[in-house]
Amino acid sequence: MLSIKNLHASIDGKEILRGINLEVKAGEIHAIMGPNGSGKSTLSSVLAGKEDYEITEGSVTFNGKDLLELSPEDRAREGVFLAFQYPVEIPGVSNINFLKTAINEIRAYKGQTPMEAKDFLAMVKEKQKLVELDGKLANRSVNEGFSGGEKKRNEIFQMAMLEPKLAILDETDSGLDIDALRIVAGGVNKLKSKDNATIVITHYQRLLDYIVPDVVHILYKGKIVKSGPKELALELEEKGYDFIKEEVGA
Amino acid sequence: MANEILAEQISGEYKYGFVTDIEADNAPKGLNEDIIRFISKKKNEPEWMLEYRLKAFKYWQTLEEPHWAHVSYTKPNFQDIIYYSAPKPKVQLNSLDEVDPELLKTFEKLGISIEEQKRLSGVESRIAVDIVMDSVSVKTTFKETLSEKGIIFCSFGEAVQEHPELVKKYMGSVVPYTDNFYAALNSAVFTDGSFCYIPKGVRCPMELSTYFRINASGTGQFERTLIIADEDAYVSYLEGCTAPMRDENQLHAAVVEIVTHKNAEVKYSTVQNWYPGDKNGKGGIFNFVTKRGICLEDNSKISWTQVETGSAVTWKYPSVILKGDNSVGEFYSVAVTNNYQQADTGTKMMHLGKNTRSTIISKGISAGFSNNSYRGLVRIAKGASNARNFSQCDSLLLGDKCGAHTFPYIEIKDKSAIVEHEATTSKIGEDQLFYCKSRGIDNEKAIGLIVNGYCKEVLNKLPMEFAVEAQKLLAVSLEGSVG
Ligand SMILES: Nc1ncnc2c1ncn2[C@@H]1O[C@H](COP(=O)(O)OP(=O)(O)OP(=O)(O)O)[C@@H](O)[C@H]1O
Ligand SMILES: [Mg+2]
Repeated sequence: MLSIKNLHASIDGKEILRGINLEVKAGEIHAIMGPNGSGKSTLSSVLAGKEDYEITEGSVTFNGKDLLELSPEDRAREGVFLAFQYPVEIPGVSNINFLKTAINEIRAYKGQTPMEAKDFLAMVKEKQKLVELDGKLANRSVNEGFSGGEKKRNEIFQMAMLEPKLAILDETDSGLDIDALRIVAGGVNKLKSKDNATIVITHYQRLLDYIVPDVVHILYKGKIVKSGPKELALELEEKGYDFIKEEVGA
Repeated sequence: MANEILAEQISGEYKYGFVTDIEADNAPKGLNEDIIRFISKKKNEPEWMLEYRLKAFKYWQTLEEPHWAHVSYTKPNFQDIIYYSAPKPKVQLNSLDEVDPELLKTFEKLGISIEEQKRLSGVESRIAVDIVMDSVSVKTTFKETLSEKGIIFCSFGEAVQEHPELVKKYMGSVVPYTDNFYAALNSAVFTDGSFCYIPKGVRCPMELSTYFRINASGTGQFERTLIIADEDAYVSYLEGCTAPMRDENQLHAAVVEIVTHKNAEVKYSTVQNWYPGDKNGKGGIFNFVTKRGICLEDNSKISWTQVETGSAVTWKYPSVILKGDNSVGEFYSVAVTNNYQQADTGTKMMHLGKNTRSTIISKGISAGFSNNSYRGLVRIAKGASNARNFSQCDSLLLGDKCGAHTFPYIEIKDKSAIVEHEATTSKIGEDQLFYCKSRGIDNEKAIGLIVNGYCKEVLNKLPMEFAVEAQKLLAVSLEGSVG
């Protein structure tokens, strides 16, 4: 589904991604861990199409398409979804209106007619339940005045509504209380299917108790330096990043 | 609904730029007493009206064109304007069948189907429309339905003929011809406009609407609107405007006066979409308008809502004089400028009565090389005890070549007043745009969403039909302005 080869990206002349290789197949869950500033959010932004980054080398293929050639909105329409580490507030635009616009734009891209209002509302109800999102939040302006945890939950609600093929969750677990963590993870698991894939970026092994990854990658200074089964996360939690540094001889 | 003042599927460039090929009955260019006599004669006016015009003209000649607004433009040559242009044939008609078919086509292009409106009589939400094209009022719909309730809604010219006592009593009572340069000019040469009187205790059952269109080249439009709500009366009034694309600048200098008596309320909503000029700032309408209302008696309310997207230069301050005790004045404004447009707009709230309240919400959005200023005055007179004002002026910048300016003036002569002013300036966030895009929404739509969200407080004040059109208009005005 997703194939990243030797990806290099820099910002303001500073190289941040330094040769990333990653293969994600449909039905898989990958976890990416790594110390602060190692480039996790940069990788997700680059995949989502943020224009600030310059791709200096490498390629990204998504379902046979050259992802880097696509505009950010077309990537979303092709089924890429990024749950932001820091979701943005859009005052005055209701969550519902925002999502309706997004869904209909995606449908238009696929040559489909806009969704019927009643189908849309039924979907909102269903997905709200799935991520146990307070109905009031759905009607409020996008993320405006939401608590940190509410913003994260809203990201997962959006994901549920947009039904992406590839979801990238950038530290969706940070800022969530224990119950919210379980609910969000539960949502992700319910949305899992053999046709979609998820990349979970996290600092904590705890999340991986709920969302069980097929592979864990460790990103360090812009490179994936180690990949392994879910036990790798446990090892990391125990030993800290020092053991990685030693291993890669940094 | 029936009335789509701004055509349904607005897209891309200025869409109202067509010229209607109708024979016009023009005055010769220029301005002097003879022209004024000509206009007055054409309109078959009584002597008192002519005298009023001539007095205003004399006064105007003593004035200098003002220059205090934060706008710059080439001063119009007042001798190079046609002050009267009537589409021929004369249009005092009883039925639509008698209207020039070309004219009807124009209205169709504008998205106003009078035919349809007639058919829709009996539907719950209806709008009565008075259309002013160039200088004369063309057709007022639903007149009979309204007159059953005693409501007068007609062209200004007709009111002068049919209701001279009302016109005499109220015209110039809010905006005297001595008020300012353009008010004096308008008082001398105004050609038509709308007149509306809601009698005691009547709530007008439908939105009243005037649609202004400048068509002929080289003409100015100087219309006058006068709205009177008698005791316990209510009316919601809408005004829409468009003009064809022309290289030259055309002058629009209107006067709008509103009077509310005891417990009366007038809501006045404008969607102003005069031709703004091209991308390089060539052409476009000079929109120099004096709009003012007076809450003459206790417990009355006047509320201005405006969405300003058009015109090359806009200069207007819809204001309220809060004379009656407990009266309320409101001003809700969205002003968008793009390319080389300039807008200097705001309001004046003059608190004279006790316990008077005013609210000002202004949203300025600038893009391109444009300049957008808010200018507002809140004056609390001595003896206006317990007056309150809340003002909020927000500016949004799209790009870094445009300007936003705020000029709030506050004069408080009574210690019991509570006046609050808040102002913010922000840039449309790249982060917000990227967030929208990452959900599949493209740049233009994203800007539309964000800007509409930004203006929501104001758009919510518009009647439904207008709000939808205004939202589209906002998005269209800003097309191509970011990214
Ligand atoms: N606009 C920018 N200009 C300069 N450096 C930047 C910019 N954006 C990101 N960086 C740098 O790139 C590096 C990677 O940042 P990134 O946000 O991808 O890290 P991360 O792995 O997500 O960290 P965290 O765990 O703290 O979220 C950091 O050193 C950061 O300072
Ligand atoms: Mg990060």
